Amino acid sequence: MLKRLRENKSAQGTLLALPTIIWMMGLLIIPLILTAVVSVGKRSPDGNVIYAFSLDNYIRLIGYSTDCANGQASCFDPLYVSILGRSLSLAFNTTVLVILLAYPLAYFIARAQPKQRNSYLFLVLIPLWTNFVIRVYAWMILLRQEGVINIALGAIARFLHIPFQPLDMLYTPGAVLVGMVYEFLPFMILPIYTSLEKIDNSLYEAAADLGANAVKTFTRVTLPLSMPGVVAGTILVFIPVMGTFIVSDILGGRQVILVGNLIQRQFLDARDPTFGSAASLILMVMTLIVTYFYTRKFGFGEEIVVA
Amino acid sequence: MTSEFAVEMRDVVKRFITPEGNEMAAVDHVTMKIRNGEFFSMLGSSGCGKTTSLRMIAGFEWPTEGEVYIEGKAMGHTPPFQRKVNTVFQSYALFQHLTIYQNVAFGLEMENAKEDEIKKRVGRALDMVQLTGMDRRKPKQLSGGQQQRVALARALVKTPDVLLLDEPLGALDLKLRKEMQLELKALQQQLGITFIYVTHDQEEALTMSDRIAVMSKGKVQQMGTPVEVYERPANKFVADFIGESNFLEGKIKSLTRKEASVFIPGLNAEVTGMPISEGLAKGEEVVVSIRPEKVRLVEKGALKMNMFRGKVTNTVYIGADTHIYTEVHGVKLKVLEQNRISRLDPKSFYTVGQDVSLLLMPENTLVLKKD
Repeated sequence: MLKRLRENKSAQGTLLALPTIIWMMGLLIIPLILTAVVSVGKRSPDGNVIYAFSLDNYIRLIGYSTDCANGQASCFDPLYVSILGRSLSLAFNTTVLVILLAYPLAYFIARAQPKQRNSYLFLVLIPLWTNFVIRVYAWMILLRQEGVINIALGAIARFLHIPFQPLDMLYTPGAVLVGMVYEFLPFMILPIYTSLEKIDNSLYEAAADLGANAVKTFTRVTLPLSMPGVVAGTILVFIPVMGTFIVSDILGGRQVILVGNLIQRQFLDARDPTFGSAASLILMVMTLIVTYFYTRKFGFGEEIVVA
Repeated sequence: MTSEFAVEMRDVVKRFITPEGNEMAAVDHVTMKIRNGEFFSMLGSSGCGKTTSLRMIAGFEWPTEGEVYIEGKAMGHTPPFQRKVNTVFQSYALFQHLTIYQNVAFGLEMENAKEDEIKKRVGRALDMVQLTGMDRRKPKQLSGGQQQRVALARALVKTPDVLLLDEPLGALDLKLRKEMQLELKALQQQLGITFIYVTHDQEEALTMSDRIAVMSKGKVQQMGTPVEVYERPANKFVADFIGESNFLEGKIKSLTRKEASVFIPGLNAEVTGMPISEGLAKGEEVVVSIRPEKVRLVEKGALKMNMFRGKVTNTVYIGADTHIYTEVHGVKLKVLEQNRISRLDPKSFYTVGQDVSLLLMPENTLVLKKD
């Protein structure tokens, strides 16, 4: 038995993958199927699931309603569609901002002396040692009415004898954006750094030698060669931002509701697991569609594959 | 062409700070005048300053002191992209994300050349390095030798006044390297461009160059044609670095304007009638140098001038040649004989312990300063 296994390479591979396969089956595939089943069910008055096949939840998500205020047979309520749209645009804005902030820093680290690089990377990782939620709360202390930023601005204003009204920063879409950018920055810096660090110095010299100035060298050599890192970082940032609800919960209050918050509330407050499941699946499908088109255009962030 | 010299280095010094914080001169007061259309090599072992010199001509480094001139113009801190020179890198430095065509076209696009002109010139460059039809491939799909040719085409398509080559054949296997050496030389003659070639391989330098600068410790030890540096090495370093030499220590006994006689204590004899280099004085401690292939072995016969009796201590057969190690009164001398006849017959071989006579022909020896 053992001897036969020793000769059978593919069986060895299966055996090694087995723990993960069981894990993924039990905790990903089966729950996913359950979610799909629940999403087409109906909510009983006491908040349980009545198993059925009905597309009501999906119709409700799109915004089609038969329960209208002024007695119409049907009307359109864009509430959920706008939540989906807001999540999508926030994820997009976050990703773009994170790329713009992470790229120069990653470039700086990649071009630093090898000894210093490790210390810089260490500094990038330090925030990750603190709990995610605590880091978001820290922003609350910075952004609120009597928070650090307003106190500082007030002091400056008093010094300059300018009238000062504390800024309303907390519970705004801007606060959520800042929080998201902050939380996900390291996940963009690291892959971009990795791909920049692989670019041999002689390539920059070759570009200069062939007549490229600094700008041309960047657009024609540095940027294309570091695209795999940007793509990998984008996947690592965009997907979690689409689904997270903690940042918007803490920094957005009731003002900024994202799909994540919607789903959370369906399960915990509204006690409607069927609608929550439908929203979860829609979120997943949306994320998959965006990721699919993105990776089809830019690849999966792997090494430049020989065509 | 505004200047007789394509590239000139005038008293150039390049200092670096080592990781330990010490200052080190990688290039130490180097002066070189490289003529237009010349195949010029910088030869030396690693750390001799040859690559740093090349990088200063390319503009990747700036001299700490002195000045680099290209076509008679002082370069100062001119960046690489404004110099009429192009480089073939040791690692090729091809852009992996671009096709072969795009790699070669890169430099022309930077000049804002028109598209049809780029197409024409890239096609011609690829034909020249025999890569016709490879334009759509990516660098990784080519062999090392082919990648090397792409690097060459990419630099040559810019029609530079001077082409700088930094050990371009270092990564190729021996046979391919020898082919490429001849090809590069032919290409250089055909194009008439000045080539400045950096190598640590003396055979490569001798094969291709019009002139060679032998470098060591940041200084030029000798500059001359391949024949000059091999036959008339300027000092013991060059005699030792290029080819092989037997060195016999001695003292000048008599000196005329052209010839010297040197007493060699080891041989307990005098070697007479040797040509001399400049700046030697009677009574000076010197080194007599003779190449192994220039020592004549005579099996028997009467002793003549400059002839010494010795014993064979070892023989090594290496195909084309046989190395014969001999000893004369305890002084070791290596002799190289070509195997012009088949050595299958053991009798044609020298045997260990055999008595031989060694003839040091004065015109084949050199008297060098002891350093």
